[in-house]
Amino acid sequence: MTVHRIEVRPSSDAGDPRGAAACQSARTASLDAQPESVQATAIYLIEGELDADAVRRVADELLSHPVTERAVVGASAPRADSLVEVHPQPGVMDPEAEAVELGVRSLLGVDVTVRTGRRFDVDGLDQGQARTFAERCLANTLIHDVHDAPYHPEQFEAGHDREAEVRTVPLLELDDEALQRLSREAHLFLSLDEMQALQEAYRDMGRDPREIELETLAQTWSEHCVHKTLKARVEYHGPLPGDLDRQGHEVVGEGVVRIDNLLASTIAAATKELMADGIDWCLSVFVDNAGIIAFDDDHAVCFKVETHNHPSALEPYGGAATGIGGCIRDIIGTGLAARPIAASDVFCVGHLDTWAPDTDRQLPTGCLHPRRILSQVVAGVRDYGNRMGIPTVNGTVWFDDDYVGNPLVYCGCVGVMPRDRVAGDPQPGDLIVALGGRTGRDGIHGATFSSAELTDTHVDEFSHAVQIGNPVTEKKVLDAIMEARDAPGGCLYSSITDCGAGGFSSAVGEMGEELGATVQLEAAPLKYQGLTPTEIWISEAQERMVMAVPEDRLPALQEICDAHDVELCVLGTFGTPDRELILNWHDVEFGRLPMSLLHDGLPDRLRVARWQPVEPAAASADVAPPSIDDALKRLLAHPNIASKRCIIEQYDHEVQGRSVIRPQVGPYGNGPSDAAVLLPVAGSTRGLAVGNGLATGLQDDPWRMAVAALDECVRNLVCVGADPERIAVLDNFCWPGCDDEQRMGELVRAAEGCRDAALAYRTPFISGKDSLNNQFTTDDGRTIRIPPTLLISGFGIVDDVHRCVTMDAKESGSSLVLVGETTGAMGGSQFADLYPVSGQDRTLPEIDLDSGPRTARAVAAAIAAGLVRSAHDCSEGGVLVAAAEMAFAGGLGLALELDSVHSDPLVAAFAETPGRYLLEVRDADRSALELALGETACRVVGRFDNGGRLECSGCSASIDELRDLWSGTINW
Amino acid sequence: MKPRALIITTAGINCDRELAEAFELAGADPVSIHLNRLTADPTIVDDFDLVGLPGGFSYGDAVAAGRIAAQVMRSGLYDAFCRALERGVPMVAPCNGFQIAVQIGLLPGPRDEEPVSDRPPVPTVALADNESARFIDRWVGIEVPADTRCIWTRGLEMSTETAMLPIAHGEGRFIASTEQLAELERMQCVAVRYVASDNPNGSMGHVAGICDRSGLVFGLMPHPERYTRWTSHPTWTRLEASRMDVEPPGLQMFRNAVDHVREHAAEAAACDAS
Repeated sequence: MTVHRIEVRPSSDAGDPRGAAACQSARTASLDAQPESVQATAIYLIEGELDADAVRRVADELLSHPVTERAVVGASAPRADSLVEVHPQPGVMDPEAEAVELGVRSLLGVDVTVRTGRRFDVDGLDQGQARTFAERCLANTLIHDVHDAPYHPEQFEAGHDREAEVRTVPLLELDDEALQRLSREAHLFLSLDEMQALQEAYRDMGRDPREIELETLAQTWSEHCVHKTLKARVEYHGPLPGDLDRQGHEVVGEGVVRIDNLLASTIAAATKELMADGIDWCLSVFVDNAGIIAFDDDHAVCFKVETHNHPSALEPYGGAATGIGGCIRDIIGTGLAARPIAASDVFCVGHLDTWAPDTDRQLPTGCLHPRRILSQVVAGVRDYGNRMGIPTVNGTVWFDDDYVGNPLVYCGCVGVMPRDRVAGDPQPGDLIVALGGRTGRDGIHGATFSSAELTDTHVDEFSHAVQIGNPVTEKKVLDAIMEARDAPGGCLYSSITDCGAGGFSSAVGEMGEELGATVQLEAAPLKYQGLTPTEIWISEAQERMVMAVPEDRLPALQEICDAHDVELCVLGTFGTPDRELILNWHDVEFGRLPMSLLHDGLPDRLRVARWQPVEPAAASADVAPPSIDDALKRLLAHPNIASKRCIIEQYDHEVQGRSVIRPQVGPYGNGPSDAAVLLPVAGSTRGLAVGNGLATGLQDDPWRMAVAALDECVRNLVCVGADPERIAVLDNFCWPGCDDEQRMGELVRAAEGCRDAALAYRTPFISGKDSLNNQFTTDDGRTIRIPPTLLISGFGIVDDVHRCVTMDAKESGSSLVLVGETTGAMGGSQFADLYPVSGQDRTLPEIDLDSGPRTARAVAAAIAAGLVRSAHDCSEGGVLVAAAEMAFAGGLGLALELDSVHSDPLVAAFAETPGRYLLEVRDADRSALELALGETACRVVGRFDNGGRLECSGCSASIDELRDLWSGTINW
Repeated sequence: MKPRALIITTAGINCDRELAEAFELAGADPVSIHLNRLTADPTIVDDFDLVGLPGGFSYGDAVAAGRIAAQVMRSGLYDAFCRALERGVPMVAPCNGFQIAVQIGLLPGPRDEEPVSDRPPVPTVALADNESARFIDRWVGIEVPADTRCIWTRGLEMSTETAMLPIAHGEGRFIASTEQLAELERMQCVAVRYVASDNPNGSMGHVAGICDRSGLVFGLMPHPERYTRWTSHPTWTRLEASRMDVEPPGLQMFRNAVDHVREHAAEAAACDAS
């Protein structure tokens, strides 16, 4: 069949924003040779039986707009100095193509196959320079081909059927060295003791494993899927704060504690203890795809946060998009399906301006520039979240150059569901039903890949783990599932989960754990021919869900799926006589595994962990203290503090029409909100606040880092009006690696910190995730380790959203009150990072587990009583930065008097002691506020005015200037 | 009488629920129906008193925003839409709905005295990439031309602080030929404009929304359905209570249309009775 080529470009008077944006991307990337101008053209390659008239109609009526565009059939002559085209490689998801095929069918009634591409006519660059430009800015060569001339193939490549054969892997006779080699070369990423356990299990079975079994075991036993480090037994050498009477902990020697199952003995233990002690609103913790809490009498809400770090390092756009896509599927796969209502995104990347070409420092080989990573990660989240119609309402970005080889992409999603849909189990005889996207070779080995560390050659080795998502497919799946969940005769399925890491192997393996399952692999619809049964089984192709469906309900489900154009297939049945997983390809058995080996066979490991207090870094004696004025300005412009407007406004934070407090508040959105608030249930005024805490600055003591992150999360939620008695939290560990005892010790400290803080604040952890191999090995053998990073995400109930407050100062004449004590410990602060001033106390701040929760409750009571006009948590940058933000967010001046805060003016202004809040209060309400705060320390530190300036001892600046400094840093 | 509102959904449409809620708050009875069902049986449209084309990313906005959905509706629903217009059915098309409506040819529609085309007309206005080539979500200031024909935006009660709407789109730059734009102005078919200093996407004439000659079909890039309670307003925590004595402007628009249907029905009934 013939391939027709159609080009569409803007007509001369319509402007060419895409060309201009491409040109701008070269400037952002600081390319050596800059294009003068770029003209962008869309390319459609259409394979099908179409005559010339039909092609012309497609070009004019479907692919171009008569007012703004011109279409050319074939390839037009070059229009500039050089020309490059970017086309997705065969097999790479091309979401647009599928929709164009539908459009052609609607227009002409003819079935065709479509591929899309983009053409750029470039002035000011020769052909070689244009190719570099394309490879650096317009394409990712992992998934795109770059052409130097118009691309017009005679026909599309097609996949070919391959003969499927059962492959047996010799295992029984291997020695330790060969076991390790097999683990590495087959990308199993299992440790020697795990390989030995496998060998032992197969010796008992008296046979060698088959390939598909080995792959299944590697996926299920991967760090990504089973969290074996956090669940390990640990022998911890080092101090622990407070008493050691902790569940699952046993003192076995001087300063040595034995902990069985770290997660169960710390984070989960705290939740259990809280649930035994009166917290009755946790509906599902740690067992499902997301944690679930009660929202009101009829509804529950759930929250999950995932990471997608390694794929985002290689292909930031696709990595981030499939990250948020996967997290949304987790929510759809929670209980009997929740409706996603909000997304939250936190990124950690290298600084944008500390690498070549901005400086002489060269990026390590194999790393993308942080600017490209951040802008593409944002674009990926934007395109997926916006298309799914899920508002991205909360997030932050943290910059540190140790993230250069291994950026972190945290994607979170919140869902709402009826309370009678919070749990479901497959029943024997239920059909295994997959719905959504087709299965392709994409994403193979994602689970094991995420459990390995990155090196400079990963780009070549793991390109198949990189994927592009198709949000419209996922949206259709969501629409169909919501209809099936709420079907008039009751839910049409008995259990549901998403296909994430490990693909069908994990989803079916997990659902069938108690029952066993028989799978017919040939039943899965494929994107193209030629996949082996093993590839089908472990492919992590996106946008797929797996359900257990009673046979008599299948027709009703089929009808709903047909109505939404969602593909459905029956993969097999749950329930086997011996609780086995049986994998068939047509009539041949390709694999058979006892579920017990899959789920209970992983050997128990004892991990040794050590931690010693870190001496605070000595300050360089020759650095003079800065003026308060200079330091304030530098801090406001610091990327960790500066406005993220250019990111926030690319996300739809309004869709679904349920937003009450948005990420930006105050007139013109000039204020950074502490948290978001939404209305999960139509017609109700009960709200849900969503926020997070991150205290990476305190990494020298992960215990304090964990407690401070949780404290910050609680403060953020309280500041918008959440009830601190109704906050649930999630842990998300991204660690540089845990193979060495020191790193493992840090992990233990952090987990203990989570436990202690959760108990003190009475905020149960309901779900968590970890990614423990975040380091990058450069081509010269250097290892760049990320800082240990713990994100605490939280959500809390707001009784009535009309009581919500925002952080923008409201009125001239009101007072600013600082709640909480300030201490001189400046370690870990942004100020200490910028100014290593001698004579300053650079120890990490002490954290008081009594006053933090008490303060949160007192502040929440004052807000609930209507005594607070605006509230802001006091974190990065300290009191002065937070106060300045409140002033310019509200367009008001502020006279500050910080003498009473601390005797050292720099400490008073910039210390980051946890547990503090700034509240704006009317004079008439001051005594009532003091009464409401009770014993909690509070002092008036300033008064808002209409003068337009921030005035305090050592600082006088216009609020417009401060706002502009804060707004000007992150822009692309 | 509770007017029935048809909400048309399809793959990638994602503002159907808030559009339905807005109609419900305004006193209508909304029903969401998938486009596949409507193209299979276009007479379903005949049962409704109001029509909403919601926002979203229909078919992923492949080729251009709303292009594929418009093609499917041109070939399957054009006649049904024409019948609805003949019956005087108000239609609202925010965001992706607007992009679809102009490509079906429903907007701006025929000029005064011009006959209704029996085939979907060639589009005469466009919603192109934002000037910034980037998706933007924020609230913008709006103005309603005093003499607009649009029944949805006529007589809105709002103040400077409350005359706002949220936008969330990547392709919302209104483009028309100079003659076409002059004609729209002359016919008083500009239904809502961005405040000149707050034009977020480079639209010609700061046009945010237009209506057809009947004033019934209303397409706009902003989202009135996201402004139906006061806690939607971006700075509601600092609005004076007196500003919130009336319904939020977004809800007022839906109220206008529902009232129009009721009056229309009452007139028809009166006519029948006499």
